[in-house]
Amino acid sequence: MTITRRQLLILLPAAAIAWDSILAGTPEASPNYNMTDHWWGMLIDVTKCIGCGTCVQACQAENNVPDGYFRTWVERYHVADWSIENPQVDSPDGGKHGFPPAAKEGGKNFFVPKMCNHCADSPCTQVCPVGATFVSPDGVVLVDQKYCLGCRYCIQACPYGCRFLDPTTNTASKCTLCYHRITKGLTTACCETCPTGTRQLVDLKNPNDPVHKFIETHSVQVLKPHLATQAKAFYYGLDGSVR
Amino acid sequence: MAAVFLAGIVLFLVARSLFVPRSFGQYGHYRGAALGEIAAKPIMFAGHGACESCHTDVLEVKSKGVHAHVACESCHGPLAKHADDPTALQPPHIDVAVLCVRCHEANIAKPKSFPQVASADHSGGVVCDTCHKPHSPKIDSGASQ
Repeated sequence: MTITRRQLLILLPAAAIAWDSILAGTPEASPNYNMTDHWWGMLIDVTKCIGCGTCVQACQAENNVPDGYFRTWVERYHVADWSIENPQVDSPDGGKHGFPPAAKEGGKNFFVPKMCNHCADSPCTQVCPVGATFVSPDGVVLVDQKYCLGCRYCIQACPYGCRFLDPTTNTASKCTLCYHRITKGLTTACCETCPTGTRQLVDLKNPNDPVHKFIETHSVQVLKPHLATQAKAFYYGLDGSVR
Repeated sequence: MAAVFLAGIVLFLVARSLFVPRSFGQYGHYRGAALGEIAAKPIMFAGHGACESCHTDVLEVKSKGVHAHVACESCHGPLAKHADDPTALQPPHIDVAVLCVRCHEANIAKPKSFPQVASADHSGGVVCDTCHKPHSPKIDSGASQ
């Protein structure tokens, strides 16, 4: 049998498509959770945060985060007088055990919980050379630990400093928005344990979610909005000194 | 020549099938199976709904007090194993002297409306639950647990 170049060029794409569909197989069914029905984010009401560190402890317990590393942490800001360009920020051990009395009184003092902003247009996912980190169909930025090379590009790319290299696995690690919980109908560990309701999980595809309605009707903002990362950690009552 | 070219393509496709995970590209430029793997991780915090389904007596007291919206595991810690099998894990003893001050020790950065005390002056070393019952801590509430 002979085959001409023309015939070969016609056959090859068809063969490639057929081969790909054979490899893909049948997608796994997920009977209890439909990813396309959700678009997750979080509301953080700074005016309620008491800096107790319960969220940090809960995150570490839920996600087996190594000591000294944080998927979420709490910062304490001190802004003297009007100088919002130069806040003094401390976060001893990520705020895990609370905060000592403030050394400097006067001016403004407040706590700000920080975590992955689960950006819809995330710089961290864009730089991954192997496709090990991605935005899931329900809006959660995740790391595939079996596929991550540990090259650290994503850690450098995150403008919010929310990633670290897990020393136990040598792969990138970060907040998963407790994906293993929210897909089971639970809220995140930090939201579950926050005693003041500072943190609240929000489904931005659910118009009846009260937290969604709160975001819709109140003045909220995201961190570093000028970067246009489409961040989904919405802050209420945030001071301009917070970066 | 065409046969060599074809062999090369076949070799490429076979190599690709060996090295690229089957679910890669299922939802995007990543391994689709990773979603299921991450979602399958076990939970540590059962959630207050699980606690309340058994401990209805505590819920009744708590729901009338100022700690009504504080989830059980905020203080008692992660207890999913206890919720699965109450005999498998008993909630650890809570050191009230440490736990209460974690939230209520006065700090200038806390919201002014949040109840806070300088614990050393407030109790003079007496542990908190001598006067306050944690599930309904307001002293004049009449509730006790």
